[in-house]
Amino acid sequence: MKLKLKVWRQEDAQDKGGFQNYDVEGIDGDMSFLEMLDVLNNNLVNEGVDPVEFDHDCREGICGSCSLQINGEPHGPDRRITTCQLHMRKFKDGDEIVIEPFRATAFPVIKDLVIDRSAFDRIQHAGGYISVNTSGNTQDANSIPIEKEKADDAFYAATCIGCGACVAACKNASAMLFTSAKVSQFALLPQGEIEAHERVLEMVHQMDKEGFGHCTNTGACEIECPKGISLENIARMNREYLSASVAG
Amino acid sequence: MAGINKSTIARKVAMALSGLFLVLFLAQHFTINFTSVVSPSTFNEISHFMGTNFLVQAVLQPILIAGVVFHFIMGFVLEIRQKKARSVSYGKYNGAANSSWVSRNMILSGIVVLAFLGLHFYDFWIPELIHKYVETNPDDPFRYYDETVAKFAGDPIRTGFYALCFVFLMLHLLHGFASSFQTMGLNNKYSPGIKIFTKAFAIVIPMGFVFIAIFHYFNNL
Amino acid sequence: MSVLESKIPEGPIEKKWTKHKNEINLVNPANKRNIDIIVVGTGLAGGSAAATFAELGYNVKTFCYQDSPRRAHSIAAQGGINASKNYQGDGDSDYRLFYDTVKGGDYRSREANVYRLAEVSSNIIDQCVAQGVPFAREYGGLLDNRSFGGVLVSRTFYAKGQTGQQLLLGAYSAMNRQINRGKIQTFNRHEMMDLVLVDGKARGIIARNLVSGEIERHSAHAVVLASGGYGNVFYLSTNAMGSNVMAAWRAHKKGAFFANPCFTQIHPTCIPVSGDLQSKLTLMSESLRNDGRIWVPKHEKDAKAIRGGKLKPTEIDENDRDYYLERRYPAFGNLVPRDVASRAAKERCDEGYGVNKTGQAVYLDFKAAIERYGKEKAFTSGHKNPSKEEIIKLGEEVVESKYGNLFEMYEKITDQNPYKTPMMIFPAVHYTMGGLWVDYNLMTTVPGCFAAGEANFSDHGANRLGASALMQGLADGYFVLPYTIGDYLADDIRTGPISTETEEFETTEKAVKDRIQKMFDAKGKNPVDYYHKKLGKIMWDKCGMSRNEKELREAMEEIKELREDFWKNVRITGKAETKNAELEKAGRVADFLELGELFAKDALERNESCGGHFREEYQTEDGEALRDDENFKFVSAWEYVGNPRDAKLHKEQLEFENIELKTRSYK
Repeated sequence: MKLKLKVWRQEDAQDKGGFQNYDVEGIDGDMSFLEMLDVLNNNLVNEGVDPVEFDHDCREGICGSCSLQINGEPHGPDRRITTCQLHMRKFKDGDEIVIEPFRATAFPVIKDLVIDRSAFDRIQHAGGYISVNTSGNTQDANSIPIEKEKADDAFYAATCIGCGACVAACKNASAMLFTSAKVSQFALLPQGEIEAHERVLEMVHQMDKEGFGHCTNTGACEIECPKGISLENIARMNREYLSASVAG
Repeated sequence: MAGINKSTIARKVAMALSGLFLVLFLAQHFTINFTSVVSPSTFNEISHFMGTNFLVQAVLQPILIAGVVFHFIMGFVLEIRQKKARSVSYGKYNGAANSSWVSRNMILSGIVVLAFLGLHFYDFWIPELIHKYVETNPDDPFRYYDETVAKFAGDPIRTGFYALCFVFLMLHLLHGFASSFQTMGLNNKYSPGIKIFTKAFAIVIPMGFVFIAIFHYFNNL
Repeated sequence: MSVLESKIPEGPIEKKWTKHKNEINLVNPANKRNIDIIVVGTGLAGGSAAATFAELGYNVKTFCYQDSPRRAHSIAAQGGINASKNYQGDGDSDYRLFYDTVKGGDYRSREANVYRLAEVSSNIIDQCVAQGVPFAREYGGLLDNRSFGGVLVSRTFYAKGQTGQQLLLGAYSAMNRQINRGKIQTFNRHEMMDLVLVDGKARGIIARNLVSGEIERHSAHAVVLASGGYGNVFYLSTNAMGSNVMAAWRAHKKGAFFANPCFTQIHPTCIPVSGDLQSKLTLMSESLRNDGRIWVPKHEKDAKAIRGGKLKPTEIDENDRDYYLERRYPAFGNLVPRDVASRAAKERCDEGYGVNKTGQAVYLDFKAAIERYGKEKAFTSGHKNPSKEEIIKLGEEVVESKYGNLFEMYEKITDQNPYKTPMMIFPAVHYTMGGLWVDYNLMTTVPGCFAAGEANFSDHGANRLGASALMQGLADGYFVLPYTIGDYLADDIRTGPISTETEEFETTEKAVKDRIQKMFDAKGKNPVDYYHKKLGKIMWDKCGMSRNEKELREAMEEIKELREDFWKNVRITGKAETKNAELEKAGRVADFLELGELFAKDALERNESCGGHFREEYQTEDGEALRDDENFKFVSAWEYVGNPRDAKLHKEQLEFENIELKTRSYK
């Protein structure tokens, strides 16, 4: 198929940037969206034009590198996938596709479609861990049985890939789904309970400092999340946060 | 912990609590108003009580006003932060793909409700103050029904605007009421039930107000 | 003995590691504060090593080309992690894990290293649970296990199909704690461009800031390379797009020997190639072989009809299917090791029984499992006479609970529903057992330069068993390097900070800059991908699942020519002073173009078949690998002397004192 692409180009963080139009041909439905961009980039290199920069790595939906706001939705129109798993069969011949970086003040653009998501890392540095020594001598793994349901919930929260789609989808550019997934994963496990209060306070504090917006419960994040992280995590974080605040 | 009261979560919880308080007030207000449809004398009785009782006037009323003012100011404060959180906006943003219109436009429905409150104050509250404290009229426990009805009688524009504002209040509540529970950390097996209840409330109460207005309008043609 | 000193401790195998730990030098905590360590790569090995070094008190700098350490490709590992916990009481032990790993590696790994790996495996699980890794659990609240290829016990711990992700997030959380303490400095979106030697010791690296394009100098008392494998030399692989050999290859060119480059794992269950413009292959976890049955049509005409789209797999009668793994290997069936399963698939496809459009695919069928689970489930839920539909419905639910996310992924990619029609799979490059040669302390032949995880060669021999890569990465990072690095650093407590303002840093930086300039100067006509794809095709066709002398010689020539053409005709757009993905790729491909040649040379010199290395000239009558223990029971460690083809071979003879060398059989 033939497609019309409207791609955001921006030289660097200082540049104002703007949309550029490109046509690509010979796109097959079995190709992934990023492979379509590879085709565009190879064309551009052949023309001597700087190719479009975009983040990507594993191309199997787990590393969380790829982003892209595609036709107004993070990771494009399909559900429960990342951009690298979006296949071109979701589009039709002649379609116009608007491709932009995820937009949030806390995610400044580095170049073209590449954004700086280190704000997420800083939230994790603030408290995304259990203070246990890594050099062994811990107790046997089976010494604390954990209710399967809780372990599963912790797992589901932990499947967050940190791609930033929640922020990108949210009209307020809120990072509540991300932060709450990180908080929940630990809060649900007996190992993480001990530091739960401090963790939630620190992580929320950092989240606010990064300049993300508030949660107005539109639910867009949950729907656009490639891993289907549930809004329940946000409620849980709020609970944890309130009880931590009250406890001082 | 410093800064808790400034944290986004704390602010949202404050927003939720003030919202819930206003919801309670709304239910109370509706109940009283509704008596005007069934029994003018009951309406007069309750209105008189509310208008003259010391506790209501000196304690509850200021709290209510504070709640209203807080809810609105905080709404704007949050809105400003949200705008700051995305300084460059999208060229194409398909919000409808993942969220409801009402949830994305609370500020809009909120502003309409605010405008309505202005009218409402102008219509009822300010005349009431003038009546009581400026003109220092003698206490008249039977004036309320007639005064209320008079606002709608023969004024289709006011009645229509009144109805429209309540439609926006309904939209505001459709999202806000249920959302306040999520904000306060309630998301469990009861949530679907809460959702149904809040949605029903969000429709029934504002539509009830509209019904009362239209009732008085047609009743006095 | 040559320059290769493996430093294996004396004594019985089960005592070696304890004895070694007791005897090696330590650095006292006060001195650790004065010592810097650079860790390149932040996957399981690098991340866990960095966190543990920092916890011990060293100052750590981590480097990764991704925008966050948590995105390293360890994250994509699906199936699980082995540990000899014996929670299932099925007779597992350190020895058995050791034995399975050595046998699985076709007796080309170092006994002492593998035993140590088995010994610390239990610790890994304890450690991970303590730091909040949500492993799968049974209803009783205890950890669950599953079974993987090439073994007869259930020792694999898992977190659905995302074990690597969960373990990496665990390691990253340990890093977070140290970052928060200020003990780890992270340099994300940085790529190591070269290793800096001072007086023959590794004392730092030259890195490129991938955002600003700046070339930076970083010094340390030791450098740990945990930069992963080089599977992307094949262009199409299950590796991440950015996975590369640069760090390891730069170290190789600075004197670190490269061991067994030709030992590559071709994973049997990947989604087949669908088109020419494909950039990457996706793995379907080996755990699927627990329940899926692999087959092709028994009759060539059926295979042809399927390829032509005239027949559906579900229409082929049970008797007309060839479950070739069950037929050839009745003892292990569908759970034979990866190299065996891959070759068997290739054999069937080469014979004309392959099933997708290209004829390069076999079926992985869950119908039998769905029926079996459905019946079980119906029985346990008191359904005594379930209908066929009910059985299938219940069975699909069970299968979904086990492999739901994998099935979903498959459907997203191929647009086919694997519950209703068998999956199509084909082998793909997945892991490289070869890597930098290291001694028992995980130090390369360059003093002060260590290698961990997939970047080293140490534990998997000629073939890696499933769920062992995660085990090795974390063992190296959490439990081995933190001890052994102290042995080296004990001599450095008086060294003081290493200056970057020295001639050595100066010249290395200049060499890096010149190399970048040279790429720009080519101003040719071909994009980098053009060369990478060509290289990949040579590698896959001539150095892939089966190799022969003629083709390997051809490959060496072709790669050399391609490399020369690259330096003359590559076209790199943009500038070096900004983010520039083409430049990043070019640097990586340039190194692959050298490694590829050494790879072919290594395969050519190893005149035997073992594990993932299958030489057509050396096979048994029924097509199994024919090992030559008399002449090739050694590790090939290559020394760089100029051109890859001129590399000098050093042999580390392997001693097997605790395991009897046998022909590997899974029949």
